[in-house]
Amino acid sequence: MTSTTADDGTAEADTDTDAETDETDTLTLVEAVRDALYTELSLDERVMILGEDVGENGGVFRATAELVDEFSAERVVDTPLAESGIVGTGIGLALSGLRPVAELQFMGFSYPAFDQLVSHAARLRSRSHGQYSVPMVIRMPYGGGIRAPEHHSESKEAFFVHEPGLKVAVPSSPADAKGLLIAAIRDPDPVVFLEPKLIYRAFREDVPTAAYEVPLGEASVRREGADVTVYTWGAMIQPTLIAADNVAGEAGIDVEVVDLRTLSPLDTETIVESFERTGRAVIAHEAPKTAGVGAEIAATIQEEALLYQEAPIRRVTGYDVPMPLHELEEYYLPQAIRIEEAIRETVSF
Amino acid sequence: MSTQNDAEQYGHSATTYGDDKPIRILDTDGTVLPDAEVPDLSADELVSMYEDIKLARRFDQRAISLQRQGRIATYAPMTGQEGAQVATSYALDDQDWLFPTYREHAAKYVHGMELESLLKPLCGHRDGYAIPDGVPIMPEYIPIATQIPQATGMAWGNRLQGNPERAALCHFGDGATSEGDFHEGLNFAGVFDVPVVFVCNNNQWAISVPRDHQTASETIAQKAAAYGIEGIRVDGLDPLAMYSVTSAALQKAKNPAEDDRRPTLIESVQYRYGAHTTADDPSAYRDEDEANAWREKDPLDRLQNYLTATDILDDELEAEIDDRIESRLTDAVETVENATTDPDSMFDHVYAELPDRLRNQRDRLRALREKYGDDAFSEVLE
Ligand SMILES: Cc1ncc(C[n+]2csc(CCOP(=O)(O)OP(=O)(O)O)c2C)c(N)n1
Ligand SMILES: [Mg+2]
Repeated sequence: MTSTTADDGTAEADTDTDAETDETDTLTLVEAVRDALYTELSLDERVMILGEDVGENGGVFRATAELVDEFSAERVVDTPLAESGIVGTGIGLALSGLRPVAELQFMGFSYPAFDQLVSHAARLRSRSHGQYSVPMVIRMPYGGGIRAPEHHSESKEAFFVHEPGLKVAVPSSPADAKGLLIAAIRDPDPVVFLEPKLIYRAFREDVPTAAYEVPLGEASVRREGADVTVYTWGAMIQPTLIAADNVAGEAGIDVEVVDLRTLSPLDTETIVESFERTGRAVIAHEAPKTAGVGAEIAATIQEEALLYQEAPIRRVTGYDVPMPLHELEEYYLPQAIRIEEAIRETVSF
Repeated sequence: MSTQNDAEQYGHSATTYGDDKPIRILDTDGTVLPDAEVPDLSADELVSMYEDIKLARRFDQRAISLQRQGRIATYAPMTGQEGAQVATSYALDDQDWLFPTYREHAAKYVHGMELESLLKPLCGHRDGYAIPDGVPIMPEYIPIATQIPQATGMAWGNRLQGNPERAALCHFGDGATSEGDFHEGLNFAGVFDVPVVFVCNNNQWAISVPRDHQTASETIAQKAAAYGIEGIRVDGLDPLAMYSVTSAALQKAKNPAEDDRRPTLIESVQYRYGAHTTADDPSAYRDEDEANAWREKDPLDRLQNYLTATDILDDELEAEIDDRIESRLTDAVETVENATTDPDSMFDHVYAELPDRLRNQRDRLRALREKYGDDAFSEVLE
């Protein structure tokens, strides 16, 4: 993890960073998100947060807890209840020279903002031939497994990945959450930052106290293995790692796990490099199967590494149905058992 | 949100439409205000309304405690708002359409849904959304304000098909008025002059955001003027005022006078006594004194005082009502807790006909369950 300096506003940061590189805090993923926001609000006075209930309430998941007290109600803004308003004014704020970080309360409530996101945030740079750009971040919790009401559990990352001009990042660990979010805030283009709420508080890990970036567009190998690669992201890393351990024990299958971390732009190099070593791929995601990001990964492998392929590429995904209410979500989500089955099928092909 | 000087703040007549003062019939102690006209409801109807409000309150307490015990998932309480919910549904004709949010449990129940169906989605069963055949209620709307243009469309469709006497009543909160769908729904309603009644349950809060931060408009009712339709403020903790105003608005929607537009925006001025949902902690953003001031005007107490003073309600009847309520709640909870859902059912009703691709997915899940057993599926989600 390298610490980089963003544009002018953060120039001072580097000294601090270098002085304290060894210090860490033990944080959950959602605390690491807050830490990234705190860090960037401190270092860059252009950064501001806007969203529903992000102020005094500190966000419904506490991702902005106490930030309004630390900074001000002008920089941590409770908006009216209007997602198109949040993203639309966010675009204007970004065009004016600020660095807005918008929180949409759940991915399932991002759709009123879709027009602003895809028609404008994503395209102002190309429409204006680089004259205008929209350096903003749109954070949203996503994914299932928390027994939430309807519309609170879906994974629709493909909507955003499909839109040229948007970047899409998904952390799966506290350290990545902080580094990716800082990179997203410093990025000159709009970044949709998806937060896997199932693992918001699932575990803690050491997170550097200083500012640092995890570069957008770089996947990470979370587990090395020789027989088959499982490509996944977000909360599905956990069942995948369990599945990998289980098949290692029972069947002696050596699984590599690639955490995509950024879904747009995809890290083709890491995807292909891993596949060239294992020759087998399983892709796991919570989103529905049809036209999910898994399809893009599978097609990329076919295009780039066909001659290395030893078995059909398998996808373990949500089904092509509306996300069910919580009584059935354990059947809908890719559980370890389903990932293991796919691994075994792929290896025994 | 101020509660000082009630007499100044509330109008006394159910007919002063267009006035900024919320209309009130029952004073906070349950006495009828001078000049106010008590709606034409029989003693039985009044008792039944009272029983439904009381049931709603007990339902709320029960649901909150079930949630605390982990027996149901996130629940949106309605205490303080149930008087308005029950009263607006009493104003509906059987054939009128109801568009509820996640908070209108009592409004749905009164218009014809079973108690069990209110609890089932909270237990994760999708069939709880299923409405009894012929009962014109939409499943609850969670994405804020999205129901508003749809209610307009329903009412428009009824009118286009020669049935303007079938109105739609659409609930939403104060926060919802900030969404684009609020504007679009009310604008269409005015332009096409459709038989719809919009009920904004202004409970002063949208989660942690107070009403005065939601809009710079002084009232929500005044927004109606921009769409060329009527806006009325009502004391939403006065069930009789809510009933009168909603009935009149529905009447106008169905049979407008020559110069009237059919749609009305009713701002029901009320308060969310409790948390936004069981996942919310209001102490993070509001002062309990404020909630306590509103509790002084409680709809259940007011109606109880009125009915006792008019000799409609006595201890014996009250005890009967309590017994009925408790046994219905107990039965409903038991039924729901014994409910099960077949994993196959998530593939049902996605389309009128199950596509092959989906059938294959369903069959693969079946095969896996047979091979490994259902326990294997609960591993990761604890
Ligand atoms: C489009 C959308 N954005 C955000 C949310 C999350 N959310 C659920 S309820 C709520 C507040 C709603 O306030 P209000 O309209 O006043 O209704 P109330 O809950 O007070 O009854 C919010 C922001 C949502 N459900 N839908
Ligand atoms: Mg509200």
